[in-house]
Amino acid sequence: MSDNAVPALGRREFTRWFWRQLTSMRTALMLLLLLAIAAVPGSLYPQRGVDARAVENYFLDHPQLAPFLDKLGMFAVYSSPWFSAVYLLLMVSLVGCILPRSFVYLKAVRARPPRAPRNFARLPASSTFETDRTPDEVVAAAREALGRSRVDVVDRDGDVREVSAEKGFLREAGNLVFHVSIVVVLIGVAVGTLYGYRGSVIVTDDGGQFANSLPQYDEFSSGTLFSTDDLPPFALTLDQVTARFQPFGSPQAGAPREFRAAGTYTARPGDADRRFDITVNHPLSVGSTSIYLLGQGYAPVFKITDAQGDVVFDDAVPFLPADPTYTSNGIIKVPDAKPEQLGFQGFFLPTAVTQDGQELSTSAHPAAANPLVGLNVWHGDLGLDDGRSQSVFILDKSKMTQYKNGDANVRISLQPGMTADLPDGGTIEFTELRQFARFQISSSPLVKVPLFGIVAGLLGLMVSLTVKPRRTWIRTRREGSRTVVDVAVLDRVPRDDLPADLDDFLERFKDALGEKTEEKA
Amino acid sequence: MTLETLAQISNYAVASATGILALAFVAYVAQWGFARNLAPERERELVTAGGSEAPSGSSDPVERSDMAGGIGLSLTTLSALVLAVGVVTRGFAAQRVPWGNMYEFGCAATLAAVVAYLVLVRVWEIDWVGPIITGFGTVVLGASAMVYVPAGPLVPALHSYWLVIHVLGAIISGSAFLVGAAASVLYLVKSRAERTTPEDQRTGFLWRIPASAKIDQVAYRVHAFAFPIWTFAALIAGPIWAQYAWGRYWGWDPKEVWAFITWVVYAGYLHARATAGWKGKAAAILALIGFATFVFNFVGVNLFVGGMHSYAK
Ligand code: HEM
Repeated sequence: MSDNAVPALGRREFTRWFWRQLTSMRTALMLLLLLAIAAVPGSLYPQRGVDARAVENYFLDHPQLAPFLDKLGMFAVYSSPWFSAVYLLLMVSLVGCILPRSFVYLKAVRARPPRAPRNFARLPASSTFETDRTPDEVVAAAREALGRSRVDVVDRDGDVREVSAEKGFLREAGNLVFHVSIVVVLIGVAVGTLYGYRGSVIVTDDGGQFANSLPQYDEFSSGTLFSTDDLPPFALTLDQVTARFQPFGSPQAGAPREFRAAGTYTARPGDADRRFDITVNHPLSVGSTSIYLLGQGYAPVFKITDAQGDVVFDDAVPFLPADPTYTSNGIIKVPDAKPEQLGFQGFFLPTAVTQDGQELSTSAHPAAANPLVGLNVWHGDLGLDDGRSQSVFILDKSKMTQYKNGDANVRISLQPGMTADLPDGGTIEFTELRQFARFQISSSPLVKVPLFGIVAGLLGLMVSLTVKPRRTWIRTRREGSRTVVDVAVLDRVPRDDLPADLDDFLERFKDALGEKTEEKA
Repeated sequence: MTLETLAQISNYAVASATGILALAFVAYVAQWGFARNLAPERERELVTAGGSEAPSGSSDPVERSDMAGGIGLSLTTLSALVLAVGVVTRGFAAQRVPWGNMYEFGCAATLAAVVAYLVLVRVWEIDWVGPIITGFGTVVLGASAMVYVPAGPLVPALHSYWLVIHVLGAIISGSAFLVGAAASVLYLVKSRAERTTPEDQRTGFLWRIPASAKIDQVAYRVHAFAFPIWTFAALIAGPIWAQYAWGRYWGWDPKEVWAFITWVVYAGYLHARATAGWKGKAAAILALIGFATFVFNFVGVNLFVGGMHSYAK
């Protein structure tokens, strides 16, 4: 700890001291651990960028706690100031350590192997043997045994020859590549986020349409440098949504098997229609934009007449699935109904079954074997006129009254083809059942940058983890008619298997000398 | 053979393998237990070699301990074979790779871990982590049985060859992380014992396994093998697949977050080993934390947190 203590120094020295601390390995280690800890809350609390609806639900369930957590950034952890602070510090620390290390490395690559230490016995692994060969022959054999090392041979006083060899420069190169690539990945991700966009939209089949412009999206978010003028002008018409589920009576009955959305699209206004067939994992690409099938569900078509006999609504209404049996929830808003606006809220069951003794039906299977819609009815003011945009999935009941039948709520149950009377004198008909597809439309430019970055990083990492930076020294001197050979090895990164490596090397060395038979002294 | 028969065979094989692995664990515990009062091998040999009056009883526990160890290893091998049958028949029964849900992942990952252990027993003689590997493997297999689902086709989201690559990478690195964690536990125990136990009280199996420095080296090598594979599985194959499936390569989904946390902790481990004051004990603890985050990702996140990677249900 003593060398870490803040010295009582001037501002420049302090800055330098601070920089050294920031770019030290110990700090990198602490920041790495801090980053890991900082990432945890984002996996435990719902995140706005991941699931905005879950965040709203959290606010409803925890009205006291949620605003407080929100202030701490718990619902947008990965863009919160404190998370950014940690990874920006890590970036600075990383760059601050890569740059000097790169210069050191560049110098080291050109440097000659360091000269032999005087006393080999001090090194972690060394050995001595004698041979009949001349020092020249020994040096030649050493070069052969050292293989691809960088080798220097130096003559010293008294007939002593020294061989210094170094290899494993690639280790540090790999290490640098790995660390640089982390920076590349982060930059690539940042650029992709700044210039990218992502939105989702629900389209019903049997002819539902979507044209790529901002008002058509249900949800849309984009990077700060993205301009909505850059949205590519494609349009699509959805013909059919296919959803297959594991049938009744089979293992995993009801488990999804296939989702597919097929139709036609034009890449640009005026282009010829082309067919598309999107499945999960197989998006449609139009230029740099990709269109994904994120989900699907049922969209019953309703035809509503008001008390005056006018058809005031005739459209497919997407009901959002709420569970694996596709029990789904939906809203119908009828602003044109006279004398009062109407609102419906209810559920859809694809395979409705009624258990004995129970009043309410439930869904037994996600396929539409016995479709049933149940609706409650409100009348009054839908609140659409005050100019605020309203979600199509939320019914604002603040200025509406629910129709009652005595104490009980009026409930309308419909199956396809059925019509029911409304309390105000109109009718509602469930004309047919369609399906909807929920598409995600997104573009993240430069995806290849983080990809190549991380792949390069992986290769660098593997090099740095496998290459041994090794220094070998050999010293020969004549003693009478024999040559005494001292050998020592040293690793830049300490390893325990050094003695075994030395034995290996000695074997190769003696092989090259043609002295296989001579035993180690 | 019908698909149902294959599925049946698979179920029986997995159940048998669980039982055999549990017995292997018992045998390994016995191996340690029988050696409870034994002095280290070195000294015992000195004693036997030095005087004809070697304590006659001493060879007995040694024999018994060695025998229990041998039985443990044989049972582990047998369990691996039976489990391999279980995993392979499951794949044929479902007509796809046998790691499409949590149950299958548990079986396949245990198989990989046991095979990794058996291979490393040959290469580096790491029988001493046997009790931890077999014990943990038994628990994982038992826990997998609790999330059992009948063999069936995949949910559409998993229809991708990236499933093969991404999950296989996770399985391989996970099994290596387990071996690394087991070695790290023994490193902590042994290095502490080396510091605190006087020479003359050094009895028991702990003194028959390699020195802590050697254990540390095994742990490092296993982690150095596993980390790049984890990098590939979690940070390359996963994002590529996510880009195809969801239109974004990284979305801070809980599973992604924890994969990232695991990666960062193991990166911390590799740094700790090169940092004075952190190598040794602190590094070993980091390796264990890394493994804990890995396990949490497959248990905690699947069962309690949810998110888009919802293959547990
Ligand atoms: C200031 C920041 C950093 C410094 C000073 C630093 C320093 C180092 C050094 C010196 C090594 C080589 C260790 C050795 O020779 O054994 C290393 C290895 C490594 N670093 Fe960093 N590093 C930093 C940031 C990071 C970050 C942000 C990550 C990733 C999240 C990372 C991941 C790795 C990995 C995986 C290795 C393993 C390679 C090995 O064991 O040789 N480093 N780092």
